[in-house]
Amino acid sequence: MQPKVITLKVNGRRHAVALMPNVTLLYALRDLGYTDVKNGCEKGDCGACAVLLDGKPVNSCLVLAWQADGAEIVTNAGLGTLDHPHPLQTAFADTGAVQCGYCTPGIIISAKALLDTNPHPSDKEIREALSGNLCRCTGYDHIIEAVRRVSESASQRTHPPTRSLTRFLADSLTHWRCKHEVQG
Amino acid sequence: MKYKAKPLLPVTLPELRVVGKPLRRVDALGKAVGATLYAGDFTMPNMLHGKVFRSSVPHARIARLDVSKAQALPGVVCVLTALDLPGGTLATDMPGQTGQQRRAGSDAQVLAREVVRFVGEPIALVAAETLDIAETALGLIEVEYERLPGVFDPLEALKPGAPVLHAPDNVVASWQIRKGDVDLGMAVADLIVENTYRAPFVDHAYLEPEAGLAWVDDRGTINIRVCTQVVEHFRSIAQAVGVPQNQIHILGTMVGGGFGGKEDITVEIFLALLAKHTHRPVRLAYTREESFIAHSKRHPFIITHRTGVKNDGRITAAEIEMVADSGAYPYLSPYVLLYAVVTAPGPYRMENLKVDGKAVATNNPFTSAFRGFGAPQACFAYEQQMDAIAAVLNMDPLEFRSINYMQTGDRNATNQPITSAIWLEETASRALEALGEKTPPSALPAALRAGGRDAIKVGRGFASYMQSYGRITWFHDTSQAWVGMEMDGAAVIRSGIPDLGAGQINSVCQIASEVLGVPLDRITIYSTDSALTPLAGTSTATRQLYMSGNAVLKAAGEVRKVLLERARRHFEEDLEDLDLADGRVFVKSDPEKGMPLSELVALCAAEGLPLANLALFTAPFTARLDPDNLQGPIFPDFTFGAQAVEVAVDTETGEITLLKSAACHDVGRAINPTAVAGQIQGGSAQGLGYALMEEVQVEDGVIQTPSLAEYLIPTTMDIPATQAIILESGSGVGPFGAKGIGEPALTPAAPAVANAVADALGVRIYELPLTPERVLAALDRARQAGIFSIIWGERAWHFRKVPGT
Repeated sequence: MQPKVITLKVNGRRHAVALMPNVTLLYALRDLGYTDVKNGCEKGDCGACAVLLDGKPVNSCLVLAWQADGAEIVTNAGLGTLDHPHPLQTAFADTGAVQCGYCTPGIIISAKALLDTNPHPSDKEIREALSGNLCRCTGYDHIIEAVRRVSESASQRTHPPTRSLTRFLADSLTHWRCKHEVQG
Repeated sequence: MKYKAKPLLPVTLPELRVVGKPLRRVDALGKAVGATLYAGDFTMPNMLHGKVFRSSVPHARIARLDVSKAQALPGVVCVLTALDLPGGTLATDMPGQTGQQRRAGSDAQVLAREVVRFVGEPIALVAAETLDIAETALGLIEVEYERLPGVFDPLEALKPGAPVLHAPDNVVASWQIRKGDVDLGMAVADLIVENTYRAPFVDHAYLEPEAGLAWVDDRGTINIRVCTQVVEHFRSIAQAVGVPQNQIHILGTMVGGGFGGKEDITVEIFLALLAKHTHRPVRLAYTREESFIAHSKRHPFIITHRTGVKNDGRITAAEIEMVADSGAYPYLSPYVLLYAVVTAPGPYRMENLKVDGKAVATNNPFTSAFRGFGAPQACFAYEQQMDAIAAVLNMDPLEFRSINYMQTGDRNATNQPITSAIWLEETASRALEALGEKTPPSALPAALRAGGRDAIKVGRGFASYMQSYGRITWFHDTSQAWVGMEMDGAAVIRSGIPDLGAGQINSVCQIASEVLGVPLDRITIYSTDSALTPLAGTSTATRQLYMSGNAVLKAAGEVRKVLLERARRHFEEDLEDLDLADGRVFVKSDPEKGMPLSELVALCAAEGLPLANLALFTAPFTARLDPDNLQGPIFPDFTFGAQAVEVAVDTETGEITLLKSAACHDVGRAINPTAVAGQIQGGSAQGLGYALMEEVQVEDGVIQTPSLAEYLIPTTMDIPATQAIILESGSGVGPFGAKGIGEPALTPAAPAVANAVADALGVRIYELPLTPERVLAALDRARQAGIFSIIWGERAWHFRKVPGT
């Protein structure tokens, strides 16, 4: 195995990094200091490491860094800051959608991807879009309320949406559990 | 039956400005924008990577351990085994507190020396230049095991001749309640109902796996940055590492979920040892799989209830046996068992009560704290038992409970007078009422209506509970907080509170804001540091709001006194006519008259008045109870509440779908109602997961489900919204009359689901989780057993008609 120099474009910054082929995007991003991308399982089960890759949500632990060479990557921290939070980030903070906060960056990324393609989702659509993100603290109720609050307000339109592709939610993030298999 | 909310006794709560308001938590925005740093996010220059080599067998003598090849691998800086340890065992008791109960000789080993007792037991530590090298080194460690017979079932472990883990036998703790005359109570009963309930191993499955970073500083102090519920572990770490207690400094981080799983020591000692031996910073972060294998589990329990009742519904006596699987080492098992034993009969008047509890060592993964600490297992049993009895008596479950519910002023199972409101029917009736009309078949979700099948049965159930908050009162629990004013009118709190995400630090900030009149966004808190913040005790036992909330209330109150006294002299007004709010001091009868706090602080500073206070809050201290009868005061207070659910059960596939959920708890006073609702909904979700899907499957000591794809926790698609109904009796012993809600929120969910399933099917399932397989098996048994069982459950009821009645 030989390293290759690739370009990772993250939250508007460009990084040229030499990486081995087996390094996941999760590790590459965290090593570059994007610690808001959380490591929860490294198996695509929890969604804590979700980022937008060319506008579509992916679990960065399931993407090799080489596959993201040249792509536009947006992490939750790229959506807003303490001084200028994204409306989703504000809504999450205000509705009590944030408890321990470890799942939060990944969930906000999934919510962002949803609203980019479907600005006024139903509760069921919100639940489906977030079903690949595990949260152990909130029971999801306040999270769904936060996404609904943003979808009902006009403010999301003042933030330019990141580039988004169509319906990649199901195969990239949605976490089909036994339940659904049983239902067939 | 339609349920109507029982009217509440009128309660007058003081009008407050900040407390009781659904404000944005002080930690929320930083987490939302991804700015909060967690333990795994820290690195240091010159840092090494640590790894742990663990036992792959459940019980064995270590015949040979050779780390020389690992040691020789280029990039490996050190490999440590038990031979490198000064002490070797890990005191796993309540850190820094007295009144402990731990059987000698059963402490966990930091690194296994001669014998391994569970799969995953640590044997050696590696520190290397890169994570890859550290992982490679693990593969070069050679170990030969001489297998010993294992025991994996607590009932087997109790039998004579079973393999013994800790001499003289496997019983690592036992407690008994003896109250009244059970024989007499059973003799006067019209009916005796006996059932056995079982609960499995459950994992905390917090999203943040254990992680930490340690370094030795320029004065030789070992600094450990770690996600922990207990910064006071520095004492046990010092003992294990062989340094004075003031040479270990825990810098706690925001915890990415704890739920009891970060209550015991996780990575701390390993980090301290590696940093001490290498003189370099060391990072150690568990993978998800290692997290599953390395940390504690919720105790499996086998609980048998034998309850005597009169035909009119009065309970005359109860005999309860509890056996808990403590796994290979006791950790907190003695206390988990104690909590379970104390709450075993539930919130019911039981004058004649006998409870026998045992925690038993096996070669299974070790068990310890998990949100509820023994109370959820107890509730799963007693609340199913209540429904089972009501069914036999042909009474409505709430009506039956109402005959037996404890009432305000009653004493609990240990004969402790309860000083706070006991709102049981109040909470249960509201949770039931909130479910609304029963879902008709036509309104079922489309997936359930597919094909027009009539296999779907809808049922409802609920469960009540009582649960302590705050530590066992013979532990002599204390918390400290420092509160001070800054010259610009802002305020600072210093208190060692670990924040697990439940809003621990926010609550005390709202309290200080209320008392000092400093707006919430002008309050800063420094917390969870064992050396730099006054020790506040552990974020466990639903104790932080009660303990540290009271400590902050006390400290802020002292500062307030100084401020108001100085203002009284300045304005020449009565103290009673002065108040602090919105960053000002003002005259209540003439609110225009006042000044910003910054000016008032300056006036105080000019006279050298104390603008800060360090307060110590002490819980009630009581004598240790006799473990053979447990009669006397044991907890500061209790929380009461209930949850109700509606389920649809597919009798063809066995699948259970949750349709509705509502929980009602008397929280005393909600410091932040949004945070309280979050606790209730989050607790409900964990409890619903416990009910339907969560089980750490263990075969011959090996965890079969070490990932989040195998160990399933609820997703957005698995659970409905839980309507949170918050009652405020104002009667708790926390600040402003608050009770604790963190742990209790989980407790009633699983028995509520079990009762709803029994309501839907007419068949009861006695074991968690309620999987499709168990549903179908129960239906099969019921069919085989005939009509008798369809009415009363598939398991044989033990009836005894008392002679002479």
